Amino acid sequence: MADEVRLLDLDGLQGLIDVLGARGYAVMGPTIRDGAIVHAPVHTIDDLPRGWGDEQDAAHYRLRRRDDDAIFGYAAGAQSPKPLVFPAEELIWRGRRTGEEFTVNEAGPDGPDGVDDRAGAASAAPYALLGVRSCDLHALAIHDVVLLGRDHTDVRYAARRAGAFVVAVTCSSPGGTCFCASMGTGPHPEAGYDLALTELLDGGPHRFLVEIGTPRGAEVLAAVPTSAAPAADVQAADDVTAWSVAHMGRTLATQGLKEVLYANAESPRWDDVASRCLACTNCTLVCPTCFCTSVEDVADLTGDVAERRRVWDSCFAEDFSFIHGGSIRPEIRSRYRQWITHKLAAWVDQFGMSGCVGCGRCITWCPAAIDITAEAAALRWTAQPAVGKS
Amino acid sequence: MTSLVESLYPGRAAASAAAPDDPMMPRRYRIDHTRQDTRDTFTLELEPVDGPPMAYTAGQFTMLDAFGVGEVPISISGDPARDGPLEHTIRDVGVVTHALITAPTGTVLGVRGPFGTSWDVSGGAGGDVVFVAGGIGLAPLRPAILDLIAHRDRYNRVVLLYGVRTPEDILFGDELRTWARQHGIVVEVTVDNGQHAWRGRVGLVTQLLPRAGFDPRNTLALVCGPEVMMRFVASGLVDRGVPEDRIRMSMERNMKCGVGLCGHCQLRELFVCVDGPVLTYDRLAPLLSSREL
Repeated sequence: MADEVRLLDLDGLQGLIDVLGARGYAVMGPTIRDGAIVHAPVHTIDDLPRGWGDEQDAAHYRLRRRDDDAIFGYAAGAQSPKPLVFPAEELIWRGRRTGEEFTVNEAGPDGPDGVDDRAGAASAAPYALLGVRSCDLHALAIHDVVLLGRDHTDVRYAARRAGAFVVAVTCSSPGGTCFCASMGTGPHPEAGYDLALTELLDGGPHRFLVEIGTPRGAEVLAAVPTSAAPAADVQAADDVTAWSVAHMGRTLATQGLKEVLYANAESPRWDDVASRCLACTNCTLVCPTCFCTSVEDVADLTGDVAERRRVWDSCFAEDFSFIHGGSIRPEIRSRYRQWITHKLAAWVDQFGMSGCVGCGRCITWCPAAIDITAEAAALRWTAQPAVGKS
Repeated sequence: MTSLVESLYPGRAAASAAAPDDPMMPRRYRIDHTRQDTRDTFTLELEPVDGPPMAYTAGQFTMLDAFGVGEVPISISGDPARDGPLEHTIRDVGVVTHALITAPTGTVLGVRGPFGTSWDVSGGAGGDVVFVAGGIGLAPLRPAILDLIAHRDRYNRVVLLYGVRTPEDILFGDELRTWARQHGIVVEVTVDNGQHAWRGRVGLVTQLLPRAGFDPRNTLALVCGPEVMMRFVASGLVDRGVPEDRIRMSMERNMKCGVGLCGHCQLRELFVCVDGPVLTYDRLAPLLSSREL
């Protein structure tokens, strides 16, 4: 629990949205569209999925009506906030050729010629992310390490990330595919937010315990009507977290998992999962930590104006590993192995933490109902002991 | 942002995002000259349109961009110590490489780099050095050979074992003779298929190892070529007693960025563009023993 806590009611939540909007943020929050909870611009609390929850399991996602008015009473939405700070398509540069010469202009949030090239944004406003779950907060921190913490940085991600205001939310209704407790990434946001809300719906007034994470968060909250948080409400918020920890849909044993994955590259288990995996790339599309991209060069008919765009890519794509002569990983078997080994093992050596935050989206959105926790457990069960160096 | 990373992952602080250089923006280089080396291999000589010449080390590569067509990683094949044009030896294998080798003199290309790790042939000083090249693999090794020649007296027996498909595929033929005659390098060339005029050796380059005459206890081996060739050469060197960490190989993988961000070049935990392309065999051996890793 943060040092500074306040209490917010529904009017206060609306006030928070209004204050953020007035400060120039584009408030993005959970909304219902096409039978799922997705991020979209939010202006009033009526835009939020009040009274809606979800049922999630392998290859299963349904919204369901709750018997209360909870605003954040669902688990992981269909997408994390990743597309807002790491868009699926992004212009890198636009160039012009005259004869043998060419010039390129770097594209950024303000774009060349003052045009905003950010996909999905109506303006150049920074985002206020409302309703970020702890798993997705950890994913943002992981992306900060991957994209900003090494020798070469993603300058566009840096710009979007620096401006984003984060209002996190404690999960009160973990889903059938959630396992953040196993990964140490939730359900209560511990750090990295400007404000964190825990929704309290215990028969009393509909209210939120607000934890203040940054001076920027304190300053915004000061402009919103709040009241002091009684000790009973602080306890009630802790109870929400404890209840959620005890109601995770899945578990993943992480002890020694890297060594198991490294030592079992030839396990027959890979053939088993390959017989089910369609290499459809859904898992990588919804994963909040996946960061693989490709570049596309697009020229007009004259060939004199060209754009280089960076687009999301997936290690499940057959041509992902293509070099002259063919793909390094032509088989689905080796591509699934690459994905899970990277996510749960190699990531640890590369970046110092697991690549999985336990959000469960890859399980929910896999059309073949493949479950990363089940595959890791099965591999462990059938594993040969790790020998020598890993 | 930094506080988020610090509190959730202590010790993994994100770098400052204040005005970092954008590694995705190319510098412009003009093609000064294109030399045809073999039927499908050409060497481009590039000069920067503005700014200083590129400073690089042997083993590094750049991302070469043919405007509007695409970008590919190509090892630098020139002399790192010389202030001359930036050289890249390119084989015509696809749309982008074809555009690069057919571009007329004066065409401006985009260049990003230099990227990657170095051969660092100086690690072999005081001992023997064995260069083993397969096909166009001689091109990324050439800068290391030139580095060695610049300080030839620091090394003992120096051997270049070079295998190609046919005699017509031999690269830098004149230089091979110069290296042998003037710089005390034992050059052995072998082909898969010789024609009637070929009087030299026929067979795989691994077959040249037994008689190469280096002292395996005091040898640095630099190997570059098709991956299957490098695997067999490395295990042949180990069989002869060369320690795994004294064998360096230049790996190749699909690259879309060259700077460790696109994820394509990963070989398990290694990013070939950042941890490589030059990697030691002690790190690579377990990774190369699994197919399609």
